[in-house]
Amino acid sequence: MADYSNKLYQQLEQETGVQTGYMKTGSISLAQTQDRLISLKRIASSLNVMGIPCEIITPKQVAQLHPLINIHDLVGAMYVPEDALVSSANVSLALATAASRNGVQIHERTSVSHVLIQKGRVTGVETDRGKIQCQYFVNCAGQWAYELGHSGDEPVSIPLHACEHFYLLTHPLKEPLASSVPTIVDPDGRIYIRNWQGGILSGGFEKNPKPLFTEGRNQLEIQNLQEDWDHFEPLLSSLLRRMPDLEALQIMQLVNCPESFTPDMRCIMGESPTVRGYFVLAGMNSAGISYGGGAGKYLAEWMVNGYPSENVWPLDLKRFGTLQSSRTFLRHRVMEVMPLMCDLKVPRWDFQTGRQLRTSPLYDRLDAQGARWMEKHGFERVKYFVPPGKDLLDLDQSKTFYKPDWFDIVGSEVKCCKEAVCVIDMSSFTKFEISSTGDQALESLQYLFSNDLDVPVGHVVHTGMLNEKGGYENDCSIARLSKRSFFMISPTDQQVHCWAWLKNRLPNDSNLTMEDVTWKYTALNLIGPRAVDVLSELSYAPITPEHFPSLFCKEMSVGYANGIRVMSITHTGEPGFMLYIPIEYALHVYNEVMNMGQKYGIRNAGYYALRSLRIEKFFAFWGQDLDAFTTPMECGREFQVKLDKGMQFVGQEALLEQKQNGVYKRFTMFILEDHDTDMDLWPWWGEPIFRNGRYVGKTTSSAYSYTLERHVCLGFVHHFDEKTGEELVVTTDFINQGEYEIDIAGQRFQAKAKLYPFSSLFTQRRRKDEVELSGYQRE
Amino acid sequence: MPAPTHLFPLIRSCEISRICSTACYCHHKHLCCFSSHFAHGHFRYAPQKRFAALYRPKENFNHFIHARDYASTPQRFYLTPPQVNSILKANEYSFKVPEFDGKNVSSVLGFDSNQLPANAPIEDRRSAATCLQTRGMLLGVFDGHAGCACAQAVSERLFYYIAVSLLPHETLLEIENAVESGRALLPILQWHKHPNDYFSKEASKLYFNSLRTYWQELIDLNSGETTDVKEALINAFKRLDNDISLEAQVGDPNSFLNYLVLRVAFSGATACVAHVDGVDLHVANTGDSRAMLGVQEEDGSWSAVNLSYDHNAQNEREVERVKTEHPKSEEKSLVKQDRLLGLLMPFRAFGDVKFKWSIELQKRVVESGPDQLNDNEYTKFIPPNYHTPPYLTAEPEVIHHKLRPQDKFLVLATDGLWETMHRQDVARIVGEYLTGVHHQQPIAVGGYKVTLGQMHGLLTERRARISSVFEDQNAATHLIRHAVGNNEFGTVDHERLSKMLSLPEELARMYRDDITIIVVQFNSHVIGACQNEEL
Repeated sequence: MADYSNKLYQQLEQETGVQTGYMKTGSISLAQTQDRLISLKRIASSLNVMGIPCEIITPKQVAQLHPLINIHDLVGAMYVPEDALVSSANVSLALATAASRNGVQIHERTSVSHVLIQKGRVTGVETDRGKIQCQYFVNCAGQWAYELGHSGDEPVSIPLHACEHFYLLTHPLKEPLASSVPTIVDPDGRIYIRNWQGGILSGGFEKNPKPLFTEGRNQLEIQNLQEDWDHFEPLLSSLLRRMPDLEALQIMQLVNCPESFTPDMRCIMGESPTVRGYFVLAGMNSAGISYGGGAGKYLAEWMVNGYPSENVWPLDLKRFGTLQSSRTFLRHRVMEVMPLMCDLKVPRWDFQTGRQLRTSPLYDRLDAQGARWMEKHGFERVKYFVPPGKDLLDLDQSKTFYKPDWFDIVGSEVKCCKEAVCVIDMSSFTKFEISSTGDQALESLQYLFSNDLDVPVGHVVHTGMLNEKGGYENDCSIARLSKRSFFMISPTDQQVHCWAWLKNRLPNDSNLTMEDVTWKYTALNLIGPRAVDVLSELSYAPITPEHFPSLFCKEMSVGYANGIRVMSITHTGEPGFMLYIPIEYALHVYNEVMNMGQKYGIRNAGYYALRSLRIEKFFAFWGQDLDAFTTPMECGREFQVKLDKGMQFVGQEALLEQKQNGVYKRFTMFILEDHDTDMDLWPWWGEPIFRNGRYVGKTTSSAYSYTLERHVCLGFVHHFDEKTGEELVVTTDFINQGEYEIDIAGQRFQAKAKLYPFSSLFTQRRRKDEVELSGYQRE
Repeated sequence: MPAPTHLFPLIRSCEISRICSTACYCHHKHLCCFSSHFAHGHFRYAPQKRFAALYRPKENFNHFIHARDYASTPQRFYLTPPQVNSILKANEYSFKVPEFDGKNVSSVLGFDSNQLPANAPIEDRRSAATCLQTRGMLLGVFDGHAGCACAQAVSERLFYYIAVSLLPHETLLEIENAVESGRALLPILQWHKHPNDYFSKEASKLYFNSLRTYWQELIDLNSGETTDVKEALINAFKRLDNDISLEAQVGDPNSFLNYLVLRVAFSGATACVAHVDGVDLHVANTGDSRAMLGVQEEDGSWSAVNLSYDHNAQNEREVERVKTEHPKSEEKSLVKQDRLLGLLMPFRAFGDVKFKWSIELQKRVVESGPDQLNDNEYTKFIPPNYHTPPYLTAEPEVIHHKLRPQDKFLVLATDGLWETMHRQDVARIVGEYLTGVHHQQPIAVGGYKVTLGQMHGLLTERRARISSVFEDQNAATHLIRHAVGNNEFGTVDHERLSKMLSLPEELARMYRDDITIIVVQFNSHVIGACQNEEL
């Protein structure tokens, strides 16, 4: 996005004749610690493969590039020579000029009082100067977006919150810096420094931000707020530490302007899940200028084509629900998010604020047993269980790019899943029930999902919910409960998106009902070879593979509790069962399972174990590996698509075409060969993949496989033409006939590519198309 | 002036003399009491002129520290800030008055209290309780001398006496009936105690019986009038002191208890008690602890209003009172070296029967008392010029104050605090602490020419000032930090604080007294509302 913005601003001056103040200065990001340097190296290797020049330089080189910098406490830096500066006001003016030339009307000094909505569609806008009819409305009101979202006929919740942001302007230096001196970013000092009219502009992201307008009494127009020097003191100290010569420089002004931040540091764009035609682009986390151009492009594509040209799920408004809209939540969360802008971003970081919002009924029980938690869509999920008597590092000390401190803990949980039986609370998954009086449910679902859902009652089907281009909008498991009702399980963060997708596409028929039953069920995943023993002892029902084959769903009793929905899936490829338990029975069933399981060596496990299991089995997870631009053909899931199921379904044409012409990327599993788990940096995701020394794609997830005793990375391999860079069809031979390397922070590791999982890892022999290849997690 | 190196031999000789129990030496408030139970700063008896002449501690104060640093203890060790904090915070306690329906109906928001021992064990006590059968809250500090027995007893018992004195006739009857028929008693007080604040289990029965006799008398006396708080406070103080005296005269068949009541009576304690009920604040004071009101002026600055008079030689009215109570012939011997009969610093106190009983009574009680008492030189010792007892009373002076919205807090503290800090400073430090840094004027650059370096210097200085406020969660702790650690510029000096706190037990008392502080914070909104109602 930033890359597009850069190119856009570069041309803008020529196109419009308006000065944008565009100045290519380059930027230097400084590292004061080795960990920071690792994180910069990771960024550098991904920028390089995107074709953006970028290099890691030594402190001495930094001194050559910038005359004022104190380099004594630096360990290295990243230099991006193409980075540029623009003046935000001038860019806006240039864009506005260009737009007006193309017939866009701009009303200044006009305030929107109300967004008119009829039948779930935007119809117009009420302003203080009258009504304007419209088909599309874009809420890009920045810090006012939250309030504006609530001023419509139907509220649109846009979770963002303003914070005070401070930056300092100085008088010119005695010997002004050359205008080409690069911008400095010192994340360990929490500051950025750039030239400003011969002087310095420097601001930062302090540790103790000051949230603003929580009660909603927002200012009426952009106005600078009261300067607060005491608050700025830490940033000033680090500025003077970085550039001691500035001591004698005279202050011009300390500017305090509100900036809006989102709960996850990523901006918000896309169409509202409840109101059609209502688009949002807001919450830029003070990176408005650098991402603005690119974000605008994507949003325009979205409005025109119905979808943007890249995967923007991480930015989609629908990743949030109303649950992130509490002002208290936002206030607390942005206070954590703003300092994070400068904090080291290490793998597996969890937000600490706004927690314990949605919990399973077993939360206290699990917590008492040493559970450590992470959060997804407001839901608390167990990472792993710390055994009694064992202590882990403090939160801050546990930040690492290397082997984490929970390595052995998760290892023993995985071992237990492989050899005995484990329980994982997976209640966070989104659960819908779709039923109808006649065949409407089946017919609609057959149209919306790629797999054949006309299966006998009691079968579970893994299927994608595809878009017109065959890409995954959702990846879910659907159980046919009866002729006319279906139970659908999808990833946790699909709650809003999937609901909106289905609502917009299901026929408006009062005989067809869809209900969100997420909160009604607690889900326990019994994983392991002994799961079958535990369950049969608790239910007195035959659960042998003959009676209960894989991918089945039965209602049965467990302990005293009746009506427990048991499915023979585990989302990992290991043998076992998912129990969907009405919440009032949750504690009872859990206790029964734990008691009965004792003799089979049962123990609790968390999501980290689950992740290790699913990745070594080559299971793709929606949101992490799969997105709206990935088709089942590209990830080896043809068997989940029934092109010949006898009726049309969404994405069918695109898939047929792919089947004929081949795919342009292929989901591949890589086993790192010469990677030392103890000594080397761990892969995370987003690492470049090299085939015969040429860049072919990026990884999407990775985990340590305790069975293979190797790291496993999953990712997509493309085939770029060596001369033109054009994308070519990826064939099985192309994958198999290459030597692969994975680049982790600049260091390359040999990797073996595989298109199919290790069959020896499957402990139970299954029919090929019964092998479940589905999962629901994004880290 | 002695050379610093002589200091320790001298002290050692003191120790030896104490061990030989020839006498206890207490030359001056700052320079006395080598952890003997019967020697305390309030006392000075059998003075040895040699020492008294040699040491005028105020002047020698710095010498002591230097002596310690350079001559006596070559290895200096400093406490780290966390160690200092753990010492300062060991006894801190906070109580917030719970809010009901989101509205805090009490004029008291809550209180912070803390104590820092200098004696081992500490001789100060503190109490806080809410009256359950009448409205109001009671808070008090008690400074014991010649041991902690009396202060302990007063801290346990006085509030019950006050609460009972305030009870209406019907409630008294109800309570008496309950006791009579063995039914559960209405709770009278809800205590707010730090875990270290203990109550003596053994004596509770004895104390209860005395209290019951008191309320029975109140029932018989039923005057039918509504109870006046001032009168109730005075009656309670006098009655408790009387009971302490009587219990010691009567004795107890249980030898432990017998010894206890004697120790209580022969030691002494001052008391400073506040009763807050709505806008009515009463402070009853006996002795030299002090109550002070923190008032915020319209310009945001802080001033102090005294709500008690010290009962000591510095108070002319008090000296006058003592003189009028005794024949003219004793005028010269009554107050010597600023002490009552040349011995006792406070002019009013609980216990201290040596200054209340006749010589005959003292002799009789001591002789019939347990051996421990008999062996003790102090109890046998009769003050000089002891002709017309009693010389001492526990009757308090009560000051009534109507709270105003600008009255933000009340500080009750033993003399350990007031010796080191002026009340004006106390008002400022607590006031600034309670309001946080909100009142620190923000800096604005405006049109001035300021360089980054200058601004940085200014900001770091401001930060240092603020950080000492943020360190404490308890206003009383914060005050103690200042009292002990303040340097000549009025800011906390960690090095000094560390030195003062790392003094060995037997030396600590020479540099500071026990400090006990209660800071009560008022709810200006409630007070403002009450005021309007009354208008």
